[in-house]
Amino acid sequence: MPILNDLKALATGLFVTWKHIFRRPVTVEYPDVKRTPYPRYRARIVLTRDPDGGERCVACYLCSAACPVDCISMEAAEGEGGRRYARWFRINFSRCIFCGLCAEACPTLAIQMTPDYEICEREVMELVYEKEELLIDGCGKDPEYDFYRHAGIGVVNPRGGNPDEEPPVDVRGLMP
Amino acid sequence: MSPITLDITIHLAKIALIFFVVLTLAAYLVFAERRLLAWIQDRKGPNRVGPFGLLQPLADLIKLLTKEDFRPPQADKWLFYLAPAMAAIPAILTFAVIPFGAPVTLFGREVPLQVADLNVGLLFFMALSSIAVYGVALGGWASNSKYALLGAIRGLAQLISYELSMGLSLVPTVMLAGSLRLSDIVAAQASVPFIVYQPLAFAIFLVSIAAECKRIPFDIPEAEGELVAGFHTEYSGMRFGLFFVGEYINIIVLGGLATTFFLGGWHGPLLPPFVWFAAKTLAFAFFFIWMRGTLPRLRYDQLMHLGWKFLTPLALLNILATGWWLMIREPH
Ligand code: SF4
Ligand code: SF4
Repeated sequence: MPILNDLKALATGLFVTWKHIFRRPVTVEYPDVKRTPYPRYRARIVLTRDPDGGERCVACYLCSAACPVDCISMEAAEGEGGRRYARWFRINFSRCIFCGLCAEACPTLAIQMTPDYEICEREVMELVYEKEELLIDGCGKDPEYDFYRHAGIGVVNPRGGNPDEEPPVDVRGLMP
Repeated sequence: MSPITLDITIHLAKIALIFFVVLTLAAYLVFAERRLLAWIQDRKGPNRVGPFGLLQPLADLIKLLTKEDFRPPQADKWLFYLAPAMAAIPAILTFAVIPFGAPVTLFGREVPLQVADLNVGLLFFMALSSIAVYGVALGGWASNSKYALLGAIRGLAQLISYELSMGLSLVPTVMLAGSLRLSDIVAAQASVPFIVYQPLAFAIFLVSIAAECKRIPFDIPEAEGELVAGFHTEYSGMRFGLFFVGEYINIIVLGGLATTFFLGGWHGPLLPPFVWFAAKTLAFAFFFIWMRGTLPRLRYDQLMHLGWKFLTPLALLNILATGWWLMIREPH
């Protein structure tokens, strides 16, 4: 009889919800209790420096291109010795969806996600972070990494002078 | 004081008491519902305002009162303003005929704890419950919005399909008690509540009142998943609040009626009658909230199917069986 089946299903459902009334709630009462996010949690974005203290960002626009909501903008400039940097660098956190694609795209590991999620503001313009607010003093997640020591474009060391590089090939010579 | 003034004073006092208790209870039922649903879903629910969140209804009230009372420009002004009252007033009016406690002796006279002991109390309830749907229908119609209109039409269709089974499920009660007067019905259950004789009628009535107060699984006039908020989509502020409170008053009143018709009203051992009545009524309220936490919404045609093809024939058969049984028991 279908009606008996229905009643049985009804009773089963009611029993399940009855049991849940006495479960301990999973709620985290946020302003009172703050969870510690995992280190790789994706929240506020920072720009890091290399071990020597120079800005890692070379203003290549890759993060800006990768960003699905187009919330990163910058202007590139070139400093002494051909070292590129961003004249200004801006992230609009009111648009950012914290997907982390910018951090994945960055070849210099300059742009990184941090677990600091408490960045709400009442004034929406205050969510537009300028370079001064983004740039931190440390190296972030990869303290060893220094882009110019692998890049082979001779800004920090002469071309071919990095430990994992071979000297440049003389393309006009005959010898292999 | 002359006897007449005393009479009037006592009546007014009872009305004031009912208004106060029912409205407060309705507000706290909203709170209880939110807490209970939260527990069912492993959450905590509103617990910020006051100890255990107990002042939440007050905060809600302040919010509703200070919100803008918006009327869509194309809406029918008078009907739009009238509809929320038409939803809430019949609900609380029904409470007039419910005996909520044993008669007490005040100033040397017997005072029944019931505002009006009508000899057609049951019909009065049926009539008012049909009027209440006008609030839904007119509110939806007057809003001049497609969602509200759809909700209103659904409300009417729902009324037609459950009202019949609700009325028919009450016929056996009347047959057993031999009266339409609610105090007589309660008196007839002094020893054995009617639910023992009429479990089927009780089940039908329970389903019907769940549909009557538009609770999940029968909340198709509201159906926030499909119709935004159904018939009260366009309402805001305290007018929305009136619809909302009306719904919860309805739960209390219908719980009280189910108590009166099937659970022996205020009869019960040990505890005072008023407490028994309140406990039984609130048990129904709890059951409705629990149902809401458990069941999905029925589809429109499923409610029709349930009402017309299942509950109504069943209620009719039940009436026949009751008559047969009554005849065998006491042949005339
Ligand atoms: S996290 Fe995603 S949305 Fe935010 S800046 Fe990076 S790429 Fe854009
Ligand atoms: S943060 Fe990284 S990806 Fe973005 S411009 Fe700078 S170096 Fe390029």
